[in-house]
Amino acid sequence: MLEIRDIHKSYEGKPLLEGISFTVREGETVCLLGESGSGKSTLLRIIAGLEEAEAGSLWWNGEEISAVPAHKRGFGLMFQDYALFPHRNVQANVAFGLRMQGLPSAEVEARTRAALAMVRMDGFEGRAVAELSGGEQQRVALARALAPDPRLLMLDEPLGALDHALRKQLIGELRRILHDSRKPAIYVTHDREEAFGLADTLMLLHGGRIAQAGSTAELFRHPVNAWAAGFLGLGSLLSGVVLSLAPLRVGTALGVFRVSDCARAWQPGEKVQLLLRPREARVFAGQPEGENQFTARVRDCLFMGENYQTELRVDDYSLTIQTELPLGVGADLVVGFPPDKLSCLEAE
Amino acid sequence: MKAKRGKFWWKALLWLLPAAFLLVFFYQPLAAILRLAFSARLAGEGQSFQPAMVVETFGFTLWQALLSTLLTLAVGLPAAYLFSHFEFPGRKFLRLITLLPFILPTVVTAVCFNSLLGPRGWLNLGLMALFNLSEPPVHILDSLPAILLAHVFYNSSLIIRIVGGAWSRLDRKLTQAARMLGADAWHTFWELTLPLLLPAIGGASLLVFLFDFTSFGVVLMLGGPRFATLEVEIYTQALYLFNLPLAGVLSVVQLAFTLLVAWLQNRVSLPRYGKAAMSSERANLRRPKTRAEKAFTLAVVIMLAALTLLPLLSLVTRSVVSLEADRGARGEVQAGFTLRYYRELFRNTSGSIFYVPPVTAVRNSLLYAGAAMLIANLLGLLTSYALQASGRLGRWLEPLFILPLGASAVTLGLGFVMVFRRPPWDAFSFPMLIPFAHALVALPLVLRTLLPTLRGIPDSLRQAAGTLGAGWARVFREVDLPVMLRSLLVSMVFAFTVSLGEFGASSFLSTGQNPTIPVAIFRYISQPGALNYGQALAMSTILLLVCAAGSVLIEKARLPGEELF
Repeated sequence: MLEIRDIHKSYEGKPLLEGISFTVREGETVCLLGESGSGKSTLLRIIAGLEEAEAGSLWWNGEEISAVPAHKRGFGLMFQDYALFPHRNVQANVAFGLRMQGLPSAEVEARTRAALAMVRMDGFEGRAVAELSGGEQQRVALARALAPDPRLLMLDEPLGALDHALRKQLIGELRRILHDSRKPAIYVTHDREEAFGLADTLMLLHGGRIAQAGSTAELFRHPVNAWAAGFLGLGSLLSGVVLSLAPLRVGTALGVFRVSDCARAWQPGEKVQLLLRPREARVFAGQPEGENQFTARVRDCLFMGENYQTELRVDDYSLTIQTELPLGVGADLVVGFPPDKLSCLEAE
Repeated sequence: MKAKRGKFWWKALLWLLPAAFLLVFFYQPLAAILRLAFSARLAGEGQSFQPAMVVETFGFTLWQALLSTLLTLAVGLPAAYLFSHFEFPGRKFLRLITLLPFILPTVVTAVCFNSLLGPRGWLNLGLMALFNLSEPPVHILDSLPAILLAHVFYNSSLIIRIVGGAWSRLDRKLTQAARMLGADAWHTFWELTLPLLLPAIGGASLLVFLFDFTSFGVVLMLGGPRFATLEVEIYTQALYLFNLPLAGVLSVVQLAFTLLVAWLQNRVSLPRYGKAAMSSERANLRRPKTRAEKAFTLAVVIMLAALTLLPLLSLVTRSVVSLEADRGARGEVQAGFTLRYYRELFRNTSGSIFYVPPVTAVRNSLLYAGAAMLIANLLGLLTSYALQASGRLGRWLEPLFILPLGASAVTLGLGFVMVFRRPPWDAFSFPMLIPFAHALVALPLVLRTLLPTLRGIPDSLRQAAGTLGAGWARVFREVDLPVMLRSLLVSMVFAFTVSLGEFGASSFLSTGQNPTIPVAIFRYISQPGALNYGQALAMSTILLLVCAAGSVLIEKARLPGEELF
């Protein structure tokens, strides 16, 4: 459906996007996840036609659309702070796109009502947008973007302005609406919880490029590098150097670690980072026995409902692990990570 | 309880000085005018009260104000779009130049256009030289177009500043949202931009209308004897025909109507959609890209340069060029650079007009302006604090402080003449009242500059300083004053330049021994002779340079991103 080829864009003389290419298929929700300033909103605006790329092209079903003006692309965009028209009420906001299509007023009205019903905002037609709460504004903005039946729906941090509880609830609703509408969608966010909750395909935008793309499960299991693992919050990172291959052994400040999972071929002496996932930590009493174990002191232990989140410290290095039982603050204990549960990642 | 009562008296004290000032120098003259006007009606003196004449003058005033406002919009709106959207070479300079007319005295404006389009102006001189004519071929002065042209010159800056400011703060996401919903450029403008800018456009238009409606110097000097607005008629009736009752009636009509428009202006320009339509940051300006954008930029720049820069340059150049035949040498044009008009300002040769050398007018004006600046800012500061601390007392008294903002300078002058030109006031030198009148004229601008800044200081700042042990004087010095300093500087420059250029009230109050610069310019240009004309040009140029310095100061002192209105 939508194909993006080698998009380049710079901002104030510095390169922002350096060759972005990907496709969005029928019914697929692509999440662009990146830090603020990574250029993800700019990319979205280029796809929308609100900004021009310096190089690269956009294609829709094999037809180039790079030069088609924004209002003729038939894409819907939901803005970060909704950009609801303050001088129009809810009904007129949602009806706007339908009116621009020159539809008869009866149809405009019917489809406006349907769009509002879809976001559960029926009955709010006559309300001024300034009277709505943040969550209600968000729904109206979604209804307004969906009402004209766009070929592609783009959402720019649509939950960014809302508080945590509301965000969690709306992620579920958004997933339902996106799924029901069967529209291809591009969802931009910096929040991994939103991204994991909504994406069919997740794309990490970093340094002007797509650092990694894949299903949420793929990214979770096999982050492409230390930055990706850190950004996705998969665990603590530990710097090290490759000591030997087959078996892969990595020397770190906490001792030597054997790693059985290795996605690529390493060179001895190469700098790497180990991903220590909190769930995979094993805790023992006594003294460390050989590789993959080290002694750490408990700094803090928080009850998280299902388990305990324990913060450990070894000299200057601190890491977080999950344990089923509470651990005494100040206690020294042995922590180990099995070789098959460790990931060896490219250092940044 | 005791503390509360103390606070009440403290607030009352804050009101006291401005209230007393307004009572003596505004309400007393106003009462005198009202008494005069209504006694004239009741007495039914057919000679002094001519309803048809009042209606006709009012009709013309309204008509020219409407026309002027529409023309000003036609020039100002494209310029507002240009300044709020595009970056182009000379942008800052042009922006500064468009501010200048706003603080330029009406008299100087009139002389500017005279030096460009008048019988001795560049246009006529050029045409005469080119086609060897003996008489000036273009007669654009003493006509309605001359008045309209000057009004557009004057007030375009208001539209540019107010509408342009709102336009550049208009949240671009809204128009982009409209584009994404399929609206083309025209629908986006019609459905989004225009409705959202309407408060700014409406407010600015009414303000322009108000200035055009109360226009005095421009109409008097460029309209000629055939055209008179209410202001000019009040002046003529009072000072030349000594028909004070009719002048009083005209003043009342004028005051009532201006108050109505001022009230409407206040209502219309209230931001209707809160902050929803405004983005906190200004949209980035960009260079014009398409051919149409480039053509548009060029056209507007040329239009603004022709409208603003040309009359200003014309005045300056014409003041140093002698281009006329000396007396007795008819037809022999001796063209060349000269500083004679400036030198003559220091001599007392034209004793027929004034009893003092013309440069005395400069001294007078500077003294008056300094005094008016201090009075207006002291009053403005006190009034701002009084209005800001809006208790029950404030709500009752506020309208009394707003009312003088609707009074015109000529009305003020008339009122002053009626109240103060008799014992015991005339025992003092009467012209010493000029700074007081000027302070009243400048007060609206001072308030418009100071009040928003004062209201913008969060009370928590003062409370924080208070909890840290600062007394009120300390709080004022350490919190309010540093924040207000720029605004205070701007309002002082405003008051100073307003006083320097004030003509309406001064024409009533200044005497032969004590002319102000605008009064002197008016007298010079009303007299025949190349020397009188030249001296008017020279004095106008001096005033223009002072105002130019003032507008640079205002522009520099203005907080970044903050508009004057």
